[in-house]
Amino acid sequence: MNVIVCVKQIPDPATPGALDPGTKTLKRDGKLILDESDSYGVEMALQLVDAAGGGEVSIVSMAPNGEVSGMRTALAMGAAKGVLVSDPALQGSDALTTAKVLAAAVGKLGGADLVIAATESSDGYTGTVPEQMAEVLGLPSVTFAKKVVVDGGSLKVDRQTEDGYDEVTCPLPALISVTAGVVEPRYPSFKGIMAAKSKPIDTVTAGDLGVSPTGWAGAGQEIVDVAQAEARAAGEIIEDDGEGYTKIVAFLENLKVI
Amino acid sequence: MSDRRADLELIRDTVATLCARFDDDYWAHCDAEHRFPWDFYREMAAGGWIGIAIPEVYGGGGRGILEAAAVLEEVAASGACMNGASALHMSIFGMQPVILHGTDEMKQRYLPGVAAGEIHVAFGVTEPDAGTDTTRITTRAVRDGDVYRITGRKVWTSKALEADRILLLTRTTPLDQCTKPTQGMSLFLVDRHAPGVGVTPIPKLGRNAVASCETTYDDVVVPVADRVGDEGEGFRYLLDGLNAERVLIAAEALGIGRAALRRAVHYANERVVFGRPIGQNQGIAFPLAEAHARLRAAALMVREAAERIDAGLPCGEEANLAKYLAAEAGFFAADRAVQTHGGFGYATEYHVERYFRESRLPRLAPISQELVLSYVAEHVLRLPRSY
Ligand SMILES: Cc1cc2nc3c(=O)[nH]c(=O)nc-3n(C[C@H](O)[C@H](O)[C@H](O)COP(=O)(O)OP(=O)(O)OC[C@H]3O[C@@H](n4cnc5c(N)ncnc54)[C@H](O)[C@@H]3O)c2cc1C
Ligand SMILES: Cc1cc2nc3c(=O)[nH]c(=O)nc-3n(C[C@H](O)[C@H](O)[C@H](O)COP(=O)(O)OP(=O)(O)OC[C@H]3O[C@@H](n4cnc5c(N)ncnc54)[C@H](O)[C@@H]3O)c2cc1C
Repeated sequence: MNVIVCVKQIPDPATPGALDPGTKTLKRDGKLILDESDSYGVEMALQLVDAAGGGEVSIVSMAPNGEVSGMRTALAMGAAKGVLVSDPALQGSDALTTAKVLAAAVGKLGGADLVIAATESSDGYTGTVPEQMAEVLGLPSVTFAKKVVVDGGSLKVDRQTEDGYDEVTCPLPALISVTAGVVEPRYPSFKGIMAAKSKPIDTVTAGDLGVSPTGWAGAGQEIVDVAQAEARAAGEIIEDDGEGYTKIVAFLENLKVI
Repeated sequence: MSDRRADLELIRDTVATLCARFDDDYWAHCDAEHRFPWDFYREMAAGGWIGIAIPEVYGGGGRGILEAAAVLEEVAASGACMNGASALHMSIFGMQPVILHGTDEMKQRYLPGVAAGEIHVAFGVTEPDAGTDTTRITTRAVRDGDVYRITGRKVWTSKALEADRILLLTRTTPLDQCTKPTQGMSLFLVDRHAPGVGVTPIPKLGRNAVASCETTYDDVVVPVADRVGDEGEGFRYLLDGLNAERVLIAAEALGIGRAALRRAVHYANERVVFGRPIGQNQGIAFPLAEAHARLRAAALMVREAAERIDAGLPCGEEANLAKYLAAEAGFFAADRAVQTHGGFGYATEYHVERYFRESRLPRLAPISQELVLSYVAEHVLRLPRSY
């Protein structure tokens, strides 16, 4: 069984992010790392291939400046090879263009039995790329997968809902988006990180993949404005004079939560 | 960037990411409950980090002291400090005498298990009555056919509670029968569960997740096959590993300093007194800047020493200076971190008191700062020997 995982490389969430005032998009000029959201997809792919008794995990990513640090982490975990799409012409691409580009990268790898993405990325989190990719690739897609089992030519998915989960079956090949915490991602080992250095990453441009138009020209969306989120109002402090609880009850009743 | 430096960065990043899962609260609990950090240890073993400096043929990573030091520094810098580093320290470098002087059979028997983290080892050198004057040890090993019988007492044997084997320095020839005091000592890999071995933890200031113990040996029978190298050469074998150990302890001290400085800077930015963040006062900011400067300078010496060891160059001066400078820099940073936190620095909640207690250790062990200076005075500056 062959699985392709989308891995987004994002600015380290531990360091404060910044928006480019001109383009109103996130600055991505520093070192990028593997989005933790995608580490679950990588782990799940490795486990599925393992359970299938053969096959390989490949990764696709779109990122500026030929960035591969985050891809190397996925390769160190055990993925075999990757395609990176990096191209100044992609700057300003919206989610749909990203989906078209990633779908073409999947095609470049010759497709797979299963494509995995995260439900949403940690930096952009529009949560729309996977479904758009599925549409472009003409694949069935299941979102919010929290458990995945391959059974012959089909996929059994427990799909997270607000109050439990649905059991969904779909034919392969397919595209799924997985939620955080579905599996425990392994840590790359010393041997893993050393082996990853020589695993192949094919770096291509949008032109190589035949995707156009891209960037600002291709975007169907426009970022009109970026505004500061409203600061949370200071809470109300209730001094407890022995009767404080009545005020709290009244407050909660007013909110209609009790 | 050279390949080795690029690899080092990768090693640091990967270890730091792994360690981030074990946060300060985890370490505070291990410390308070005197609990060995088993889950942390197992993750490090599974990642192949414990065996990083053991040759590849024996299941290790085949890297040098530079890489081992990077691993231990990142462990300590995560906030694990000595509790984390000491859990791994002996397994990472302690097998050096076995690697260099053990028989092939001995290496096959122990090294893969140590590299995989399955065989725990401790180091028994220090004795209550000998102190730093190692040649005065009295733990005695007497040959009896195919075995040796060992009787004596050691103190501070770290990790003896968890250890399967103790690398033990003994006298096979009493001091008064040797022409030179450094002769007549032999190293053994003693089975810690053999009849006659006693282990009692020593209550101590810090690093309480890893006990250091008094270990007693009462007519303990050890097969000749567990003697490391030749009889009488133990002290020389030990010296082969000492510089490496200094560099590793130095790296651990740097890690503590980094952890302390990180917390101090965070607090100095957050804490507002007299209407301004305390870090705006130069009385708080400058010592933190100085701590940073000291740590960076010591780190250069640590790297220099590690590179020399790995290149097989003489490194006594560099290894000793690295340990001296890093121990002072780590302690200074930890002390300033407590000071920056004011009264809260004394509370366990902010963790800097734990860093502070542990930063005291590299100034004492494996060799005291005084004895390092003594080495430098005598061997580098050519001043008269002081003892
Ligand atoms: C007009 C416009 C211009 C923009 N310009 C830029 C720009 O110049 N630079 C910029 O960085 N962003 C830009 N953005 C934001 C960008 O569109 C999204 O961040 C990006 O398309 C992915 O969306 P997301 O992170 O919300 O993905 P989501 O839909 O939240 O992602 C879900 C999952 O899809 C996969 N995935 C998503 N993106 C990638 C990727 N790049 N590589 C691999 N897998 C991926 C991952 O598995 C991810 O977890 C722009 C947006 C708009 C509307
Ligand atoms: C937590 C901890 C863990 C340890 N783990 C281990 C372990 O795993 N295995 C092991 O074998 N040992 C271990 N040790 C022991 C450690 O290596 C010794 O404590 C250290 O070498 C100092 O020896 P000592 O305590 O006997 O000090 P002493 O030799 O008694 O020295 C006492 C003081 O006198 C000073 N001094 C002595 N002689 C001179 C001189 N000539 N000139 C100037 N000053 C002098 C010393 O610097 C020191 O300050 C550990 C110690 C600690 C605290």
